[in-house]
Amino acid sequence: MERPKEEKEYSFNDSKKINRRLLLGSVAASAVIALVKTTTGQLVPAAVPKPVSVPADPTKLQGPPPGTLGTRSPFEQLAKKTSDTSSRTPLQSLYGIITPSDLHFERHHGGVPVIDPTTYKLVIHGMVKKPMTFTLNDLKRFPSVSRIAFLECSGNFRSGKQEMTPQEICGLTSQSEWTGVMLSTLFREVGASPKATWFLAEGSDASVMTRSIPMGKGWNDAMIAYGQNGEALRPQQGYPARLFLPGWEGNTNVKWIRRIEVSDQPFMTREETSKYTENIKDGKIRQFSFDMDARSIITFPAYPVQLDKGWVEIKGLAWSGRGKILKVEVSVDAGKKWYPTTLQEPVLDKAHTRFRFLWKWNGHETEIMSRAIDETGYRQPTLQQLTDARGADMGGYHLNPITAWIIKRDGSVLFKPEKWK
Amino acid sequence: MLLLFLAALSITSCKDKQEDEVIVYNKNPEAQLNTDSATQTKIITEMPATFGIGRKATNAEIKAWDIDVRADGKGLPYGSGNATEGKVIFTQKCAACHGKEGEGGAYARLVGAMGDTVKAKTIGNYWPWSTTLFDYIRRTMPYNMPGSLKDDEVYSLTAYLLYRNKIIDSTKNIDAKSLPKVVMPARQYYVDDDRRGGPEVR
Ligand code: HEC
Repeated sequence: MERPKEEKEYSFNDSKKINRRLLLGSVAASAVIALVKTTTGQLVPAAVPKPVSVPADPTKLQGPPPGTLGTRSPFEQLAKKTSDTSSRTPLQSLYGIITPSDLHFERHHGGVPVIDPTTYKLVIHGMVKKPMTFTLNDLKRFPSVSRIAFLECSGNFRSGKQEMTPQEICGLTSQSEWTGVMLSTLFREVGASPKATWFLAEGSDASVMTRSIPMGKGWNDAMIAYGQNGEALRPQQGYPARLFLPGWEGNTNVKWIRRIEVSDQPFMTREETSKYTENIKDGKIRQFSFDMDARSIITFPAYPVQLDKGWVEIKGLAWSGRGKILKVEVSVDAGKKWYPTTLQEPVLDKAHTRFRFLWKWNGHETEIMSRAIDETGYRQPTLQQLTDARGADMGGYHLNPITAWIIKRDGSVLFKPEKWK
Repeated sequence: MLLLFLAALSITSCKDKQEDEVIVYNKNPEAQLNTDSATQTKIITEMPATFGIGRKATNAEIKAWDIDVRADGKGLPYGSGNATEGKVIFTQKCAACHGKEGEGGAYARLVGAMGDTVKAKTIGNYWPWSTTLFDYIRRTMPYNMPGSLKDDEVYSLTAYLLYRNKIIDSTKNIDAKSLPKVVMPARQYYVDDDRRGGPEVR
């Protein structure tokens, strides 16, 4: 391809650097992103950043032809933030309420298994009239449902320093449109006993993940999901099929599900005893804390944004595992006064909901924060309220405190970490 | 042409009535029915009890996957073990990650008796059910070779870790009968979730 003379080159090696450069409008030539031509003639970014041609005037050059797969703009460097055990959704970089599937957070205990959809099967047995095996095709033949709902890990809270992004603080929440068959449909098909009170859900990853779930949830709104945002589940989200329990802690939504055993008592697996339980007052340990309580976070302005004086649209996400978000309030004076915000439709049951609030920043140092109120009347607490309720030994699961951002006079925005242990 | 068509019609009408019947599901049957007279439409207003999709699971396929052990011991296999044998296996297959005697290393500390000064949550100070140990080790440990242990090995490792956490003594035989009877010190602290939504923070 001919390179036009006045092309500019951008460095994507360091996303912070490039953002600043783009903002300043001054561009230095260095390592740049490569668009490579696939066999179908489509231009896709190469894995290693190499030069991309940016014509001085895109109206004077034919672009690449239609391709078999769309691509993200090479200027959009979205990525999950990984640790040894999880990877986090870049909440601060997203619009609307749907998380792009490739940016859905990940938490698994034995890596991502490869499962052949043609040999996949789900076995349901135990307290049932007829133990049954379903292939993926079987699951897809049943009446299907779709619903938009969030999925959040109950360990979704990090703190400790000022230089933390929304992604680092609470990026273990994501939202998809999930499609599948209601578990109640399958329970009827196998004739699940009315005497059954719990079922075990088991995955086919290397951890052979297991959780005990009350039958009530199974009959009520549990799904065996095989679709995510218009396509098959991503492997990282349980391909080809997973349990989806709207509003319940991520770990219970067993991915790569292979077996359901209907029973009359919980199984007391490791993930519902040693893990996913939390210390509360008087030396007690709280177990089977399934519901995700209401929470919100301002995703703009947030670290590492550099804020300009004047009108600011404060934006963020709010959600509750117990129902719809009723309202979100914002404070721009460190929690003294609280104002209602505008909720973006649709406001869905057990779903990420967008809130917005217009505010004119006068350049003084301040703290901004948001709190969610759900339809049960629950109001997102402060960390202090959580510690008061749960005691000094409070465990690390189900922490949903109000998150505050400090805005400095120079426009820098910093997370306000709070000590709790 | 017309004759043929009429003939075909008469043949089908001779057949079993039911084959001509169109069966549909509709929650509210009055809603939109716009049918030609020839076919009979039967509207089901309740979802069918079953759809006839899927097949009966074989005993073999259930058995192959049904590895769970319930808190009451249901699911524990034949076999047994003890701490002395467990120590040998632990040294070979577990110590590299969990420390020489389970005191922790690259990965989780497994040993810390109730009342010890150990801060980490351990089998001794946090696990409420002894059966969980068997289930978990058999299911997914060692991490680098998940599901590779024989049942006797799992019994021995379970015995060893219970012993190291000062819950049983070193000579106790652990099997399907004795394991569920081992009471874990932390069990008494477990309570069910008491959060209910609403204004109260819990
Ligand atoms: C290669 C490293 C490795 C080896 C070898 C290994 N483990 Fe583990 N073990 C882990 C990791 C990692 C975890 C945490 C897994 C998770 O949380 O998903 C773990 C968790 C555990 C736990 C649960 C700890 C808790 O507090 O919840 C037990 C019990 C355990 N291992 C026992 C064993 C036994 C017994 C062996 C030997 C047969 C063994 N492990 C071998 C890495 C290892």
